[in-house]
Amino acid sequence: MKKRVSARILSQREMENGIFDLWLNPMEPGFAEAVSPGQFVGVYTKDRSKLLPRPISICEVSGDRSSLRLVYRRGGTNTGTYSLSLLDGQTCGTVDILGPLGNGFPVEKGKGKKTLIIGGGIGIPPLVELSKRLEARNQIVIGYRDRTQTFLARDLEDHGKLFLATEDGSRGTKGNVVDAVRENQLGADIIYACGPMPMLRAVKALAAELKIPAYISLEEHMACGVGACLGCVVKTKEVHPHTNVNNARICTDGPVFEADQVEI
Amino acid sequence: MQIFLGESIAGQSAIGRGMDMNTQITIAGVDFKNPVMTASGTFGSGMEYADFVDLNKLGAVVTKGVASVPWPGNPVPRVAEVYGGMLNAIGLQNPGIDVFLQRDIPFLKQFDTKIIVNVCGKTVEDYVEVVERLGEEPAVSMLEINVSCPNVKEGAIAFGQKTEALYGITREVKRHAKQPVIMKLSPNVADIGEMARAAEAAGADALSMINTITGMKIDIHRRKFALANKTGGLSGPAIKPVAVRMIYQAAQAVKIPIIGMGGIADGEDAVEFLLAGASAVSVGAMNFVDPYTTEKVIRGIEEYLETYHIEDVRELIGAVR
Ligand SMILES: Cc1cc2nc3c(=O)[nH]c(=O)nc-3n(C[C@H](O)[C@H](O)[C@H](O)COP(=O)(O)OP(=O)(O)OC[C@H]3O[C@@H](n4cnc5c(N)ncnc54)[C@H](O)[C@@H]3O)c2cc1C
Ligand SMILES: Cc1cc2nc3c(=O)[nH]c(=O)nc-3n(C[C@H](O)[C@H](O)[C@H](O)COP(=O)(O)O)c2cc1C
Ligand code: FES
Repeated sequence: MKKRVSARILSQREMENGIFDLWLNPMEPGFAEAVSPGQFVGVYTKDRSKLLPRPISICEVSGDRSSLRLVYRRGGTNTGTYSLSLLDGQTCGTVDILGPLGNGFPVEKGKGKKTLIIGGGIGIPPLVELSKRLEARNQIVIGYRDRTQTFLARDLEDHGKLFLATEDGSRGTKGNVVDAVRENQLGADIIYACGPMPMLRAVKALAAELKIPAYISLEEHMACGVGACLGCVVKTKEVHPHTNVNNARICTDGPVFEADQVEI
Repeated sequence: MQIFLGESIAGQSAIGRGMDMNTQITIAGVDFKNPVMTASGTFGSGMEYADFVDLNKLGAVVTKGVASVPWPGNPVPRVAEVYGGMLNAIGLQNPGIDVFLQRDIPFLKQFDTKIIVNVCGKTVEDYVEVVERLGEEPAVSMLEINVSCPNVKEGAIAFGQKTEALYGITREVKRHAKQPVIMKLSPNVADIGEMARAAEAAGADALSMINTITGMKIDIHRRKFALANKTGGLSGPAIKPVAVRMIYQAAQAVKIPIIGMGGIADGEDAVEFLLAGASAVSVGAMNFVDPYTTEKVIRGIEEYLETYHIEDVRELIGAVR
C-alpha cells in the first residue's frame, strides 16, 4: 500500500559530476520489500517553498530488502534536487518519501528469455533492480552523452552483457542506444527501456521492426503522483478503462507501458 | 490528542477533559459531520486517496468536475510547481457522466461521508444535462457548479466572470436541480461581492470559492512556457490570503453559506477561513503535498476548539468582522 513515510538517510554521495547516489531506509516495515523494479517514489525536499514530491525511480533494493537506492541528477541551485543533494546522514537524519508509486516492469514476462534492456542517461537507474531481478539472458545497452559519464555501468555489468553508446563516440558505439543494438547485431525476445523521449521513440520503432514486445518507462511532470490530479497523462492507442478517453496516467497506470499502446 | 470517551456520535467529539464539542455543520439543509471537504479535482473521486485517508472521517468528498460526455483535457505539461504553490491546466479531463455514475458513485456510497458532485460544461445545455442525470442519484447530496475553470477555452469561465451570465446559468441549473446547488465562483473578477450577490439572487443555495487564479510560468532555460496551455490556475498556500479576503468580502455581501478553499494546509488555516465567513472548508493542492492533509485539518480544528474552549464550531463562522 502507498504511504508517505520518513526515511533515514544512510548515505549520499556524488557519484560523478552532478549525479547523486542516495541510500534510504524507510521507517516503515515492509516498504522497501514491496517495491518492484520500475516503480518510483515521490521525494519531498526540505525546502518548504517547493511543495511537490520529485518523482525518482527506485534504482535498487538492498540485499536484505530494507533499504532503497535512488540515483538522481541534481538540477541548478534553485531546484528541489539541489536542496536534496545537500542532505547527508549526519546533518539531517531523514527525508520524506511517498510510495511505492506506479506499476513497474513486467519481470515475469522476461523469464527464461533473451532480453534487451535499454537505458539512456538519467533513465538508467531503474534498470539496475530490473536486470537484477530478471531471470533471463540480459543484454544491457546504455547510452551516455560522453566519456565523463559512466554512472551505474559497473552495477549493470554484474547482471548481463553490457554494451555502451556515447553521443560523441568516445566510448562504445558512436551514436545512440539503437545504433549500438544494430552495430552489435543484438536480437531479443523482449525489450525493457527507460530514457529520454527521442530514445523511447526509437526503441518503439525498433520493437515494431523486430516484432517483439517492448515495455518502456515514461516521464511527465506530476503533482499528486497517485492518480488523482490527471496531471501526468500520455496519449493511448485505445480508450483507457479508467479515464474513458485516449490517455492514461503515467503515475498510476504507468510509468511502464507497452510501447505499442502509447502514442509518443 | 486524547479521545476521552470510547465513542463519538456523528459530529460530536468528546475530547480532552470530557469537553463536549460540536463539529457538525449544516449547509442548505444538508448535515456534514465536520466542515472539512476535498476540493474538486484534487481528490479524484476519493478512490486514489482511500489508501491514505479514512473517507468516513471527511465531512464530504467533492468529486472532480464531470461533464455530459468524456473530455480528454489539455496537452501536457499540465502542471508546474511555483513558489509555495502550483499551476495546473488539466482542462477538466473527465470520463463523462455515464462512467461516473456507474463507477465513482457506487464507490463513494460505501463510505459514511457526503457526496458533492462538481459539474462542468461548455454550454448551459451541457450543465443542465449533467444536473438532470445527477438528480436521479439520491446518494448525491449537493451539486457544485464550476463556472470558473480558467483552463478551458470555450464557455465555462465566461459564465463565472459576468454577472448576467452567472445569474442566467444559476437560474437554469436551479430550475433543473433536485439537490441544493453550490455555485463555485472565480477569483478572476474585479468585484467578488457583486458576483456572489448575482448567484444568490438567482437562487444559489451556497457558494464555494476560490477556484484557481490565472497564472503563467516561463522556463527561462528552454525559453518556453512551463504549461502547454501557456496559462494555468494557481493554487496552494501562495493563494491563501487572496482566498481569505474574497471569502470575507463575499460573506459580507450575501446570506447564503460559503465553502472556502485556497491553500488550506492545516487546522489553523481552516479556522482562518471559518472566521472570515466560510461555513466549511475544502483541501485542494495540499493533498498532493501531504496525502493525509484532510485528516490533519479535521484534527487541527478540534484542537483549536479545545484550546479555546469553544463548544461549537459554528461559533467560528464569520466571527471576525
Ligand atoms: C517516473 C519518473 C521517474 C524518474 N526517475 C528519475 C531518476 O531515477 N533519477 C532522476 O534524476 N530523475 C528521475 N526523474 C526525473 C525527475 O523527476 C526530475 O528530474 C525532477 O523532478 C526535477 O526536479 P528538480 O527539483 O531538479 O527541478 P525543479 O526545477 O525544482 O522542479 C520543478 C518541478 O518540475 C518537476 N520536474 C522538473 N523536471 C521534471 C522531469 N524531467 N520529469 C518530471 N518532473 C519534472 C519537478 O518534479 C517539480 O515538481 C523521473 C521522473 C519520473 C516521472
Ligand atoms: C489539479 C487541479 C484540478 C482542479 N480541478 C477542478 C475541477 O475539476 N473543478 C473545480 O471546480 N475546481 C478544480 N480545481 C480547483 C480546486 O478545487 C480549488 O478551488 C483550488 O485549487 C484552490 O484550492 P487549493 O489552493 O487548496 O488547491 C482544481 C485544482 C487543481 C490544483
Ligand atoms: S501526478 Fe496526479 S495523476 Fe499522475
